[in-house]
Amino acid sequence: MNIHEYQGKQLLRDYGVAVSKGRVAFSPKEAMAVAKEIGTLPIVVKAQIHAGGRGKAGGVKIVKSLDEVRAVAADLIGKQLVTHQTGPKGQEIKRLLVEEGIDIEKEFYIGLVVDRATDRVTLMGSAEGGVEIEEVAENNPEKIFYEVIDPVVGLVPFQARRMAFNMEIPSNLINKAVSFFLGLYKVFSEKDASIVEINPLVVTKDQRVLALDAKFNFDDNATFRHKDIMELRDFDEEDPKEIEASKYDLSYISLDGNIGCMVNGAGLAMATMDTIHYYGGEPANFLDVGGGAKKEKVAAAFKIILSDPKVKGIFVNIFGGIMKCDVIAEGVIEAAKEVGLQVPLVVRLEGTNVERGKALLQESGINIVAADSMAEGAKKIVELIG
Amino acid sequence: MSIYVNKDTKVIVQGITGSTALFHTQQMLEYGTKIVAGVTPGKGGQTVEGVPVFNTVEEAVKETGATVSIIYVPAPYAADAIMEGVDAGLDMTICITEHIPVLDMIKVKRYMEGKKTRLIGPNCPGVITADETKIGIMPGYIHTKGHVGVVSRSGTLTYEAVHQLTQEGIGQTTAVGIGGDPVNGTNFIDVLKAFNEDPETYAVVMIGEIGGTAEEEAAAWIKENMTKPVVGFIGGQTAPEGKRMGHAGAIISGGKGTAADKIKALQEADVQVADTPSVIGETLIKVLKEKGLYEKCKTK
Repeated sequence: MNIHEYQGKQLLRDYGVAVSKGRVAFSPKEAMAVAKEIGTLPIVVKAQIHAGGRGKAGGVKIVKSLDEVRAVAADLIGKQLVTHQTGPKGQEIKRLLVEEGIDIEKEFYIGLVVDRATDRVTLMGSAEGGVEIEEVAENNPEKIFYEVIDPVVGLVPFQARRMAFNMEIPSNLINKAVSFFLGLYKVFSEKDASIVEINPLVVTKDQRVLALDAKFNFDDNATFRHKDIMELRDFDEEDPKEIEASKYDLSYISLDGNIGCMVNGAGLAMATMDTIHYYGGEPANFLDVGGGAKKEKVAAAFKIILSDPKVKGIFVNIFGGIMKCDVIAEGVIEAAKEVGLQVPLVVRLEGTNVERGKALLQESGINIVAADSMAEGAKKIVELIG
Repeated sequence: MSIYVNKDTKVIVQGITGSTALFHTQQMLEYGTKIVAGVTPGKGGQTVEGVPVFNTVEEAVKETGATVSIIYVPAPYAADAIMEGVDAGLDMTICITEHIPVLDMIKVKRYMEGKKTRLIGPNCPGVITADETKIGIMPGYIHTKGHVGVVSRSGTLTYEAVHQLTQEGIGQTTAVGIGGDPVNGTNFIDVLKAFNEDPETYAVVMIGEIGGTAEEEAAAWIKENMTKPVVGFIGGQTAPEGKRMGHAGAIISGGKGTAADKIKALQEADVQVADTPSVIGETLIKVLKEKGLYEKCKTK
């Protein structure tokens, strides 16, 4: 789960990590009020959408007078911001972060990630701030420093110090950097984050060390123990079909193609997408109905697929282990009858209770094309939609 | 022979009184698995499906001599359950539970350092040695005894591959699901090593997916050490970057963990990679024929 920059900065503030002065605004009027509260100029107005690349796309403005704050805010709110991460339609700006302008001396990068190679949380830092860290990793890997964190003791001050020296933070500011890094790890571990990136971390002309940006991603598996983080979820940033799917505990991801897929198991769901692509089609979604789904859940999944106007055909591919084929059949029949199936449907069933499932589908009177294997099913649905 | 588990393996079911665990305990017993104990704190002294229930894993081990446990405990308590199994000195614990917080798993991995227990999973279908023991949630009937080892990050995709092998008359030694989480107990290399040392296993099917670098590391290991043919498949060739494909571990981020990178690494290690999951069986047969192993692997 992602959150907005202003929410991330508030979290940092709560943990005593230095961030620039500022607050969220939902209207030009509020933006003015925040700017007055800050009381210094220039002011920075930043569009709050989850996607990166906001600066380059014109979503970050530096203004030199209060009147300008109102004009810039009025211009940004309601605008579709298109960045390299939003897709061509862009994302509507509904919230702004209004902040003090910072006189930057130097930009750095600091981040925490779960490193799968070591099974540890790792602190990553670089003197190359303000640019894509992936590019630094690609071109100048020696410029990125790592501290592997032992979960028993957490990030230890000497590690934070070593990182600060490696990053060439000015020596009079080492202690500020150390307390910044320690606080950052504390938020990360206490809130079950999976990624925190501060890019850039800046040293200011007035000798502060603070976060100019804050990108947080939280572990979806741990949100059950963080109600406060759950409240930060912004539904406007998510695909409505994905929100609907999450209500039923379905794993659904919207894609660009026109063949709807319903599969059990994440690996098989990915493989089904690959197989459709192999035969010349494009999947409209990734959908894993999971293991122990009931009829109602299957029906909900089917309706979510059908609610996508791009969908010109559906491929159901089930290998029942825990999932029983007759339950899938019942759910598909119920949903198809309720919404009135207008597009071709290919169903491949295998595994637990397969014969009963096949019989139910046949007796239902719904126009279903049966397939005996994943390849055959993929081929058939691609042919049927032309 | 087989790897990790066989018909004599004595098994504890942790969280046995939950509904999923009960269903699968029945299924495993039907398959012939030696389930000797269950553990549910506070329900010690009861019996379910003819299996005695204990309050702690330690007690269950002491009373029954079990060496392996399978965990169905819900995600918030699963890390605790794994550590309890490790503390009790089990040889292996297989964690079926999905959605365990990753920071919990990091602590578990740290806790396991220097201890003897092997963890399989979490978020995995388990381990099955065909016709001997099923310690997991896979449908038993698709497996046939034979000479091909299977290792996979995905559950249902493993069923798909095993089903194809059985249909083509190619039996299996052991099938191991290592799970789809970013931090897990046993990796591809551990299982490949075990298959390489198992005299009954003549070839291996390895099923990976996008995210992380486990497949690349396995490819490097295969290149240096593997003496048996390996056939592979990588799921998620069409997955977009930055989207988590169901499994917590299946995500392409920062251009890393793509299917293309993994396929290239495997091919460089002389692993034949199937274009689609539907031809995993065919691809294996082709390789077995090339290596003169087909007749030895054919079940009937």
